[in-house]
Amino acid sequence: MSITQLPLLQQLVLVLAAIVLFTSFVLLAQARLVSAIHAFAWQGGLAAAVTSVVAAAGHTPHLYFSALLTLLLKALLIPWMLHRLVHRLELDRHVDLLRRPALVVMAAVALVIFSYWLVLPMVQQELTFTRNIVAISLAVVLIGLLMMVFRQQAVVQVLGFMSMENGLFLAAVSATGGMPLVVELGVAFDVLVAMVLFGVFFFQIRANIDTLDVDRLNRLTETGGEEP
Amino acid sequence: MDYLLIASTWGLALLQALLFAALAPLLVGWVRKVKAWLQNRRGAPLLQPYRDLYKLLGKEVRVAHTASVLFRAAPYVVFIATWLAASAVPLVAVALPTAAIADIIVVVGLLALARFFLALAGMDVGTAFGGMGASREMLVSALAEPAMLMAVFTLAMTAHSTNLASVVDAQLAGGLVLRPSYLFALGALILVALAETGRIPVDNPTTHLELTMIHEAMILEYSGRHLALMEWAAQIKLLLYGVLIANIFLPWGIAGSLAPADLALGLAAVVLKLLALGAALALAETVLAKMRLFRAPAFLNLALLLALLGLLGHVILEVGA
Amino acid sequence: MAIGLDLAALALGLALASSLASALTVRAPHLLRLLVLPLFGLAGAAAVAAGLVALVQGEVSTAVLPLGLPWLPWQVRLDALSGFFLALIGVVTFAVGLYGPAYVRGFERGRDPLPVLGGFAGLFLAGMLLVVLADDAFLFMVAWEVMSLSSYFLVVFHHDNPANRRAAFLYLLMAHVGGLAILLGYGVLASFGGGFAFEAMRAAPLSFGWASVAFSLAFLGFGMKAGLVPLHAWLPEAHPVAPSHISALMSGVMLKVAVYGFIRFVFDLIGEVHWQWGVAVTAVGSLSALLGVLYALVQNDLKRLLAYSSVENLGIIFIGLGLALVFQGTGQGLLAALAFVAALYHAINHALFKGLLFFGAGAILHSTHERDLDQMGGLLRRMPWTGLFFLVGTLSISALPPFNGFVSEWLTFQAALQAWQLESGVLRSLIPIAAAMLALTGALAAACFVKVYGVAFLGQARSRHVRRARQVPLGMRAGQGVLAIMCLLFGVLPTTVVDLIEAVPRQVLGQGLPEATAHGWLWLTPVAPATASYGAPLIAFVLLALALLAVWAARRGTLRRARRCDPWDCGFAPPGARMQYTATAFAQPLRRVFALLFRMDERVEQREDGTLRHRLTVGDRAWGLFYAPVARAVESAAARIVRLQSGNVRIYLGWTLSTLLVLLWIIS
Repeated sequence: MSITQLPLLQQLVLVLAAIVLFTSFVLLAQARLVSAIHAFAWQGGLAAAVTSVVAAAGHTPHLYFSALLTLLLKALLIPWMLHRLVHRLELDRHVDLLRRPALVVMAAVALVIFSYWLVLPMVQQELTFTRNIVAISLAVVLIGLLMMVFRQQAVVQVLGFMSMENGLFLAAVSATGGMPLVVELGVAFDVLVAMVLFGVFFFQIRANIDTLDVDRLNRLTETGGEEP
Repeated sequence: MDYLLIASTWGLALLQALLFAALAPLLVGWVRKVKAWLQNRRGAPLLQPYRDLYKLLGKEVRVAHTASVLFRAAPYVVFIATWLAASAVPLVAVALPTAAIADIIVVVGLLALARFFLALAGMDVGTAFGGMGASREMLVSALAEPAMLMAVFTLAMTAHSTNLASVVDAQLAGGLVLRPSYLFALGALILVALAETGRIPVDNPTTHLELTMIHEAMILEYSGRHLALMEWAAQIKLLLYGVLIANIFLPWGIAGSLAPADLALGLAAVVLKLLALGAALALAETVLAKMRLFRAPAFLNLALLLALLGLLGHVILEVGA
Repeated sequence: MAIGLDLAALALGLALASSLASALTVRAPHLLRLLVLPLFGLAGAAAVAAGLVALVQGEVSTAVLPLGLPWLPWQVRLDALSGFFLALIGVVTFAVGLYGPAYVRGFERGRDPLPVLGGFAGLFLAGMLLVVLADDAFLFMVAWEVMSLSSYFLVVFHHDNPANRRAAFLYLLMAHVGGLAILLGYGVLASFGGGFAFEAMRAAPLSFGWASVAFSLAFLGFGMKAGLVPLHAWLPEAHPVAPSHISALMSGVMLKVAVYGFIRFVFDLIGEVHWQWGVAVTAVGSLSALLGVLYALVQNDLKRLLAYSSVENLGIIFIGLGLALVFQGTGQGLLAALAFVAALYHAINHALFKGLLFFGAGAILHSTHERDLDQMGGLLRRMPWTGLFFLVGTLSISALPPFNGFVSEWLTFQAALQAWQLESGVLRSLIPIAAAMLALTGALAAACFVKVYGVAFLGQARSRHVRRARQVPLGMRAGQGVLAIMCLLFGVLPTTVVDLIEAVPRQVLGQGLPEATAHGWLWLTPVAPATASYGAPLIAFVLLALALLAVWAARRGTLRRARRCDPWDCGFAPPGARMQYTATAFAQPLRRVFALLFRMDERVEQREDGTLRHRLTVGDRAWGLFYAPVARAVESAAARIVRLQSGNVRIYLGWTLSTLLVLLWIIS
């Protein structure tokens, strides 16, 4: 089925999913901390938009609740908490530069192609109209993990982790038409609790080693790690 | 009968090419007018660029002692190549034979020819400014070219053609289709157009500081009719990119046949689209600041990324398994 | 029917005659330019005729030579593929015949031995002709060796300089490693085919594994000769040190003979190709193209820059061949023919414009004895004809319309854009990425050649001897002129050229390009008119007409004459020649953006007398990443094996005894 044969609402789903992929690239390469948090907020908002349009197109009303939950949590509450955390840690103007941005972005593009290839056998069976987004959501998960590998600042690592969760949520929406509401609520509260814990831990880490650069955590090894 | 038809279509194609050259200064005048309004000024009259060109054409030409014959030939080559490239882009009507002479890759090639001679002209006089302008221009164009061609490929993969008439026809035939690939290709083309036409944030077209110049540095030594041709060529290039963006992504209104009513509607439609694009350009130039030269690669890498995502979006999302 | 083979035999005969005639130059040096080189040029003309006959007739003629081994006589074959490459060799050789006499005049009073130059050049040409005509592996390898060895002697012609000797040694070493790989590849085919003749190899039944082994060996061997990354290190060392007309032959023609070998081996002898090979070839081709042009950008030595540019263009040819493999392997015959034609068109284009550019470099060297771009400048005024022809060469190599480089790039893009017809989604995304790399390469090549032309020919002269350059003799100008006119013709009449070339895929792949020229000589429509078309003659006509109109309007006096004045200097001191942008400065932004790919060492030192000195060396990463580890491994292996050399006679006799025992046991 090519795109011209889909109804307009379903085309909108595809467009929004593509923009979600773009925001994960922006998250990957964005150096300024506050802008990265805003990009994450946009990603959450767009994921919520995808869910609500899927709900409208597929006539599955329970997805509206998922969309609302994601919007409140991922687009509003968690970015606000991160913003407050960054302000308290006095990292408002912090810039976390990638050393080889071109190579990292090329690796991310390769991940997109890889996840497309991986998902091909699954896509060839006729799932619902959202099957094409499975590749995109897998790519978002992998790019989130790539972000955690290549970025050094702890707050950015949290963003990578949250972005992975966004991808998984999107995969659930596209592959299985959403998860049962109970599972949704459970996951959402888990994420919230994780955020609170992250906040607490960041203060602890900074008090111990005076920086939030995770590469410096190797000072906690038995041999004492390397000198900075 | 047949010859009459062929002659009339070629005549209309020639008319469209002349219209291209005639409209280009008007677009630049409009952009300057909107910028002036945004800066709370009244600004120069809308037809000022025409007066400037006329004045320049009548002025004396001064050529440096060190310049060679290439310096004097280059403005003609640049103007002719840019105008030929522009004449292949559908402005008012789709069904004209010029699309069969040059497809979009040939258009890019003709613009590259113009840029080659422009850079050589910059180096001809033997001063540091020209060399600097030429070196920077080749940097920007080298990085913009893959992004531009990748966006073109995305369009060609959907329309199965690089012939501009076929691409426009494919878009018209599909009706209102929301394609992620076209969205990203549009973003990439807009960024590439800003870089290639030398607008803010890549280059400042109104600067007088030599060290901030790219395009201006290459034409620094020109005067009189040579300068008029160079400026006109730059204006035609801006109009070319504007028409490309307007008529490929939003082709509704363009004349499908050669009936006078259709042509009039096509002209009105393209003028409206260009007014909107010109205003958007003026807004962007007012809001953004010119980047440092070595941040231009990051800008163009973003364009390449958008084009790549457009291609991948096409392969992953738009084509059934 | 046998006219073609007769003409080819004539060409071969003339080449050998020119080689023998150079023995006379020991006593009479002027015979080099009066007899040897004209014979050389005539050999080229005969080769062109033979090639055109083969292409037009489209038939296959074979013959058996009375040479070779008793049970394995040498067989030759002239078909469309050999014909195309014969014509390619012939064209550049003919131009060398025009250019050479004036160029070698400077060597007549030198210390380098003239018989070497003439003799080995003739042998080199004969070797190349025989490689292209060979119909069995034995003749192929013998001719290949003749080609490599004679070019070694040509490279080391200026043997006084130890750097030249080192470069030639590296060239010889790598040519032989490549030759070994090719021999092993033929060995695989021969063992399955049951004979060394190509006919037997064509019929050989190969499994996927063995076919891939043969393909890898051939790709390694021919790729090394063609100068693909990372096996390209010999190219920028060897091509600059040879005399310029030999460099033109090596860059323009010998590299294409390697392409011929690859095509003959993979498309003709193996026959059944697999798309995975195409992906590998396209990837290597794209990498070579990009790295070649980037390294060319940072060179200041004109001939070294042109050598790296050859690496780039061979990469582009192999992108086309890789696409042909992919399409052929997935059953898209028509698209494979299109990609194949694009690759062949680029091969002939490169031969033409690279030959032209090397001739220009030779002309500059002849006039100014200078190879360093940073010493040149303003040459357009001193050498206007050379400047004009060199401009045609740079426009062609930068793939700008209406010249020939643009047509082959356009065809390659059209082939890549047909990737939407493939079934595999991964291929559909990877091929456009390769095409984008090709686009980047083209833009960087334009940047590189703006640098070359702008620094060398425009502006002011940067050194005294360049300021006093003189026009080169008529012969050199004629040689350049012939190639420049052909560049223009191949760009303006692509339909005629495609008509000739498409005989090759029709014979090799079984599929031609009927649509390409079906709509008249004006329109080149590779797939269908609605898909893409290029009206090259019309574009050239319009460009020319409008240019003439402009000149007429200027001459009529309606436009006032220009007045001379000083250039803009900001009100400070007048700009001197040293204030211009140098070649190093021009490439600096791109050098900085792509810094990862170079091995750069940039230093600013302050000397004792207070002056500052800036030193920049840009090296090839391949040396550190590839060649140094290989060299170290070979040395450590040799260090271990050298322990066999104990010096004791009785131990050596012991080795002989044990080897004899083992052999007797094996054959028992």
